[in-house]
Amino acid sequence: MKTTGKVNGIISNIVIVKADGAVGQNEICHVYAGETKMMAEVIKVIGDDAYVQVFDSTRGLKIGDKVEFEGHMLEATLAPGMLSRNYDGLQNDLEKMDGLFIARGSITDPIDYEKKWEFKPLAKAGDKVTAGAWLGEVKEQWVAHKIMVPFIMTGNYTVKSVVAEGEYKVTDTVAVVADADGNEYNITMVQKWPVKQAIRCYTEKPRPSRVMETGVRAIDTFNPLAEGGTGFIPGPFGAGKTVLQHAISKQAEADIIIIVACGERANEVVEIFKEFPELVDPHTGHKLMERTIIICNTSNMPVAAREASVYTGMTIGEYYRSMGLKVLVMADSTSRWAQALREMSNRLEELPGQDAFPMDLSAIISNFYARAGLVKLNNGETGSVTFLGTVSPAGGNLKEPVTESTKKAARCFYALSQGRADSKRYPAIDPLDSYSKYLEYPEVEAYLGEKIEKDWVSLVYRGKTLVQRGKEANDQINILGDDGVPVEYHERFWKSELIDFVILQQDAFDDIDANCPMERQQLMYKKVLSICERDFDFADFEECSKFFKGLINLFRQMNYAEWQSEKFYDYDKQIDAYIANH
Amino acid sequence: MTRAFQKIYTKIDNITKATVSLRATGVGNDELATVGGRLAQVVKILGDNVTLQVFAGTEGLATNSEVIFQGEPPKLRVSDNLAGHFFNAYGEPLEGGEIIEGEAREIGGPTVNPFRRLQPSELIATGIAGIDLNNTIVTGQKIPFFADSDQPYNAVMANVALRAKADKIILGGMGLTNDDFLYFKQVFENAGALDRIVSFVNTTENPPVERLLVPDMALTAAEYFAVDKGEKVLVLLTDMTLYADALAIVSNRMDQIPSKDSMPGSLYSDLAKIYEKAVQLPNGGSITIIAVTTLSGGDITHAIPDNTGYITEGQLFLRNDSDTGKVIIDPFRSLSRLKQLVIGKKTREDHPQVMNACVRLYADAANAKTKLENGFDLSEYDERALKFAKAYSEKLLAIDVNVEITEMLDTAWTLFAEYFSKEEVAIKAELIEKYWKA
Repeated sequence: MKTTGKVNGIISNIVIVKADGAVGQNEICHVYAGETKMMAEVIKVIGDDAYVQVFDSTRGLKIGDKVEFEGHMLEATLAPGMLSRNYDGLQNDLEKMDGLFIARGSITDPIDYEKKWEFKPLAKAGDKVTAGAWLGEVKEQWVAHKIMVPFIMTGNYTVKSVVAEGEYKVTDTVAVVADADGNEYNITMVQKWPVKQAIRCYTEKPRPSRVMETGVRAIDTFNPLAEGGTGFIPGPFGAGKTVLQHAISKQAEADIIIIVACGERANEVVEIFKEFPELVDPHTGHKLMERTIIICNTSNMPVAAREASVYTGMTIGEYYRSMGLKVLVMADSTSRWAQALREMSNRLEELPGQDAFPMDLSAIISNFYARAGLVKLNNGETGSVTFLGTVSPAGGNLKEPVTESTKKAARCFYALSQGRADSKRYPAIDPLDSYSKYLEYPEVEAYLGEKIEKDWVSLVYRGKTLVQRGKEANDQINILGDDGVPVEYHERFWKSELIDFVILQQDAFDDIDANCPMERQQLMYKKVLSICERDFDFADFEECSKFFKGLINLFRQMNYAEWQSEKFYDYDKQIDAYIANH
Repeated sequence: MTRAFQKIYTKIDNITKATVSLRATGVGNDELATVGGRLAQVVKILGDNVTLQVFAGTEGLATNSEVIFQGEPPKLRVSDNLAGHFFNAYGEPLEGGEIIEGEAREIGGPTVNPFRRLQPSELIATGIAGIDLNNTIVTGQKIPFFADSDQPYNAVMANVALRAKADKIILGGMGLTNDDFLYFKQVFENAGALDRIVSFVNTTENPPVERLLVPDMALTAAEYFAVDKGEKVLVLLTDMTLYADALAIVSNRMDQIPSKDSMPGSLYSDLAKIYEKAVQLPNGGSITIIAVTTLSGGDITHAIPDNTGYITEGQLFLRNDSDTGKVIIDPFRSLSRLKQLVIGKKTREDHPQVMNACVRLYADAANAKTKLENGFDLSEYDERALKFAKAYSEKLLAIDVNVEITEMLDTAWTLFAEYFSKEEVAIKAELIEKYWKA
């Protein structure tokens, strides 16, 4: 018998419910405004008053309206058929909704219950299994989607039977397992999991040791993101956070991409809806949309569902990780999620922390980032969730609570700078403020040494030093004037400009330059470094700047040329000749 | 408009500057009521204790003032007859005009399903190079002017609106001075455009809290023309800073904890609900929003412009250019995020590169200027960059320039050739070959 209740208070989307029975924290309930059924989540209980946040508009709701409690927390439905879907923050399929507008109380199935899948068994009767064990697989797009023992089944089980290879619906029983006492459980291809809890069906979570290529030079070469790692991109508006995130989602070397559009602009999501079904994944040759799931809770959609959206995305990511896949989860922007927390906390009249954010903001953020990671599954395979979030700091000030809390949790920091954006130096990743802690990991150093070339990391540091020295030289020039410093200062400055223009800057809107494979990055970077290590004997600073401007122009043309094309090599020769001529 | 079944209450328990509360039953959230004849809206219900926000303020209300609940949220009557009329914040005709017949629609209605939206792809030409060349606007976009209060933002906006070839222009005026209101009216009248204009206006003479209704009224009208009629609608909202101030007043009266700059914690969501109504619809209709956010002393880190910048698809800065004495659209700080959808696609192929090169060279001039101010000698290149900057700002950036985009591109190429070498301009070689003006 479900607990029911009646509405006893309404403050915006917080509703106070008088419940007639037991109510759990974070339990889901449905609030009825007339015939319309709206989902809500319990966020506080005082006596028999349950405070629930409604994932919808409470317009017209009245005292005494009916409420039904569901006895479970907010859950994601996990099954084959999620790839290529476009969900809202509560995993309703947006495509299945009727009409131009999202009607209040719209609920649609996240998966197709009628579709039949070609099931292939992987386990057999007698196998000992635990939660997350692979019982069989179906082909979802081109991904081998594993059918697993549901994550909520704690303890040890024995497989009693697995159905033969054939076509099944997601709700058909595909296996039967029994616990130690002989109780049998039917297993289907669908399972549910409460989104706010991490899925922990793995034996260990080792430190990340491989790098996830993104095709963005300023990241891959200068501050690489590890597979199973975490990173964040803070930047004032207009600095290019979203363009950068889109570039990464198109190019990253991952099996599955989950994009959480959290409280951001609808037109940006429309761009993904439109482009991804047509763009080709550079690593597999399949359409991008085939590996992508979009969770879309734009800024005008209900605030409470915005908070849920990041958890829904992460849970789906963890689900695919348990199949031994490389998953990249991206959220744009985590600040909107934090603001949703602030709005709730404010309506609950909790004592505020800094900037009116809830006191436990920092803990909530670290907890969330901690769900990412490389894991060793029970069967010895590995899977990973790499998480990359953007942060939209108020006023572009990186000392605000969300940025500071995230900085404690994430290992890569890609600071977008207003100055770089203003002078159209995109991506505006600040080469000096940004960092990747993974460069310090001996595992990562060894991996890069093997994958790219020996001592690659020390080459990276050399480039960073050149940029740093160039900046110092430029400061001196600005203080003392062009003539007030030795010509070497100009040379030092222009060498850092060379690295900036050729390596760090990249045209995200050019078909060729947008995605730079590691092999090409290596070649370009080493070519630039070799020039930086030469001593040029310039007569004066004007000769120096003229020389480098010409050189930069040639390099830029080379960046625009197709990799290993005739034109590419032609520019390569032109550059060599240009230098020899000096 | 009292109806037979309406309950009348005559005992108010609490009165604050903006709200009253009383004991009442059967009341819905967001419902409208009149309190002593003034329009009010339910903002909080706790048991039988109902709090109402009185739009016109509570001055002079007494504990025995009549409270009549209307049983429904605020609505606007929509029909084609809206065009050519001026309304107040409640959607009532100004200056004793007739009440418009039509279907009553709830304002602040639901969200367009993002999956049903189309990608904006139609360019809106304004003739202003600071917009068309550097920060191209497209239908379905939302973009504000960030301006100081002494800048001619309303004039620029009226200009943009009239040149933009929209089917309907909807003006939402919040805290507009009477003079500015008359200015808009006159400009539209002179242009012979009154029949495609609908205005919802709250002037400084009206109570500030009434402003909160203006954007929703304007956008409900916009949705009628765009969704039902498939028209291209341009919505002008001025001044959103005054709207946000009204939000702050209400949240303050309701004892909410303020966040940054005394603004309510929900400012982002409140503004997003308005701006996200901008949409390109599958039926060809669209809503484009051009707004004004006034800044105090150019400070864009204040909560209002800051939150706005994260919501809108770019922003346009006005600046007085000391070199030419003209108002220009600042090429550094202005940005249109949707320009990538049209430039070089709907416009000539060289558009993106020309635009970037112009801004880069203009930045070189800015650096040269700093050098000059610090008393350093200028190089020969610096001198040329400065000359270029002056010509660029006079011939392209100034808002009184009114030319087609192709002409703007040609002008830019002329300036390149006049002041720079091909290497210095650093544009893709194929484009240089094709367009360089020898």
